Amino acid sequence: MKFINYLESITGIGIYPLVSLMIFFMFFALVTLYVIKADKSYINKVKNIPVSNELQ
Amino acid sequence: MELEKFRYDNKIVKMFAYATILWSLVGMLAGLLAALQLVLPALNFDLPYTSFGRVRPIHTNAIIFAFVGNGIFMGVYYSMQRLLKARMFSDMLSKIHFWGWQLIIVLAALTLVLGYTTGKEYAELEWPIDILITLVWVVFGWNMFGTILRRRERHLYVAIWFYIATFVTVAMLHIVNSIEIPVSLTKSYSWYAGVQDALVQWWYGHNAVAFFLTTPYLGLMYYFLPKAANRPVFSYRLSIIHFWALIFIYIWAGPHHLLYTATPDWAQSLGVVFSIMLLAPSWGGMINGLLTLRGAWDRVRDSVVLKFLVVAVTAYGMATFEGPMLSLKNVNAISHFTDWTIAHVHVGALGWNGFLTFGILYWLIPRLFQTKLYSDKLANMHFWIGTLGIVVYAVPLYWAGFMQSSMWKDFTPEGQLKWQFMDTVTKMMPFYIARAIGGTLYLIGAIVMTYNLIKTVKIGNFLEVEEAEAPALSGEYHSHSKDHWHRWIERKPVQLMVLSLIVVAIGGIIEFVPAFLVKSNIPTISSVKPYTPLELEGRDIYVREGCYVCHSQMIRPFRSETARYGEYSKAGEFVYDHPFQWGSKRTGPDLARIGGKYPDSWHYNHMLDPTSMSPNSIMPPYSWLLDDDLNTSLLRGKIKAMKTLGVPYPEGYEDKAIDDLNKQAEEITTNLKKDGIETASSKEIIALIAYLQRMGKDIKAENKEVANK
Repeated sequence: MKFINYLESITGIGIYPLVSLMIFFMFFALVTLYVIKADKSYINKVKNIPVSNELQ
Repeated sequence: MELEKFRYDNKIVKMFAYATILWSLVGMLAGLLAALQLVLPALNFDLPYTSFGRVRPIHTNAIIFAFVGNGIFMGVYYSMQRLLKARMFSDMLSKIHFWGWQLIIVLAALTLVLGYTTGKEYAELEWPIDILITLVWVVFGWNMFGTILRRRERHLYVAIWFYIATFVTVAMLHIVNSIEIPVSLTKSYSWYAGVQDALVQWWYGHNAVAFFLTTPYLGLMYYFLPKAANRPVFSYRLSIIHFWALIFIYIWAGPHHLLYTATPDWAQSLGVVFSIMLLAPSWGGMINGLLTLRGAWDRVRDSVVLKFLVVAVTAYGMATFEGPMLSLKNVNAISHFTDWTIAHVHVGALGWNGFLTFGILYWLIPRLFQTKLYSDKLANMHFWIGTLGIVVYAVPLYWAGFMQSSMWKDFTPEGQLKWQFMDTVTKMMPFYIARAIGGTLYLIGAIVMTYNLIKTVKIGNFLEVEEAEAPALSGEYHSHSKDHWHRWIERKPVQLMVLSLIVVAIGGIIEFVPAFLVKSNIPTISSVKPYTPLELEGRDIYVREGCYVCHSQMIRPFRSETARYGEYSKAGEFVYDHPFQWGSKRTGPDLARIGGKYPDSWHYNHMLDPTSMSPNSIMPPYSWLLDDDLNTSLLRGKIKAMKTLGVPYPEGYEDKAIDDLNKQAEEITTNLKKDGIETASSKEIIALIAYLQRMGKDIKAENKEVANK
């Protein structure tokens, strides 16, 4: 029941942070790439959602 | 394309707006009372219900969950309907959400006043309320996703992403941090102990700031700032990066609340690194907000709404610059446990959350009531008095914190500590008075706003039925060939939620798994033994009275601390502490090694009247502990619960515990008698003395063992 000391150590624990760093480095690289390449008219359209509709 | 007609639900927005205003006043009044109690201890009224240790959690909970909570829902329910071009999914769910949340607030206030608390900051509420919060939160999420699925706008605007991330992360934080084992309806123990409890708690505590006080409000900023300025946000591209970077990095930063404590060093370093990185997305968001007004700054002169929003975003920028700086270990060594932290959070709370909420209210109420604001003059007055209030509140506390820390660390040329702890408290008084004045100014501003808005409501005519029309979404989305993967996420709320959850879960998992599973992270100490039954009962009183609000139990490995309090705290000392009680503020001295420092009679007299034992003390008296009998009816259940949690009491000990308790109580009563104090051994004070006298002693026993060898 108690969350303690099931393992003396985890072998190869170093891989965990390395893998997560890789995942997010790639994710950010992709997001940044997408943001740079994104279609301008589309960005403008989405950007104006809050202010475009004067029905509100 | 055929236009569908529908109606926005303004009533629910109005209800949340009223609740926001009401609870803001209640929360600020509780804060003002707490601030004044530090200057005039008589304001504790010698009653358990109004003592500082209970008032302060009421203040923090009221501001975070009642004021800001209702503010979030007000803004979300207004903006989401319009961003999605759809009425809220279900009026019934909206109502259950509203009344459920108000019920939670009332229950929270009642239970905290009565001393029912788990003793974990900003998560003090007991388990039945925790469950209620979970249910109401699910209702909120259900309503939100139902609306998203019925939307008439294909693309989810960035504000909605922030709402979704808020929903999913708060759910995760609340559930993980609230895992506790119930002993009765009003008493439970945290499942985690010591270092692990601390890591979970501050992962929660820090991300409560991130995902309750920040992400939903950033969503509101991305909607209401463009609305008020009547121009789109500066850079939508930046907002996409802002969103992902912020939620990913924020979740890791929790351990910066535990620098130089007994937590593993790697966890602290991780917290520091991510806190520094956090500066980038935070400022990205702030810049995006402020630059929305580029070329339109002249409008700020005329619009009180924009004034509030600009100061709010600026305060956000200041607080999020200061946060990473405070996370540097060398700065934290100075700031931690002092009023510097209090100043920092109030720049965030009063500036960012408060002013953004006020700005939205001034924008929203006239629109909902189809009229102009009753008085622009009063609103301007509110703006200036509120801004002044923030400055008068924060500046003295920065000064106070720096000064207090310097005094704690001051040594004479002979190598002695220069100041008694009490000297550092006495020196704080002028600053505490100034802080109370700042808080009063801010509260006056809020009262002026309330009057102004009531007048506006009176002259206006509530727009209950707001007609709108928009074409329905065609069933199938035809992606064109150059459609991008991220757009797929932008169209799919569930995918967005799942991805957000993955992003925020990774940080938590990486931090927790080694701390929970790997032995070397929590080195055990053989001389550390479980609490005796009487000490356990005494510890529960310590938790009930909120002692952790002013007293830490964590001696950092600095010369100035070991000279003042004794040997620095080790991870292994806390393995039976469900919950941990390290605290985050030293209004009074650290208590980690208080055991054996004074005789029992000192504690008895000190609880009756703190100034009799330490003149100039601002601690409230706890005279009821001397009169009330200790309720031992739960003892059996408590011991059993502790055993379930892995505390090594012997087999069948729950049946013998009461005998041991009585025996130890008799010993303390006899001790007190020697010093001329006659009291029954059944009183609560006896249990508290037992706990206080135990604290920090185990490790001294270890030193003796070593010496004997």
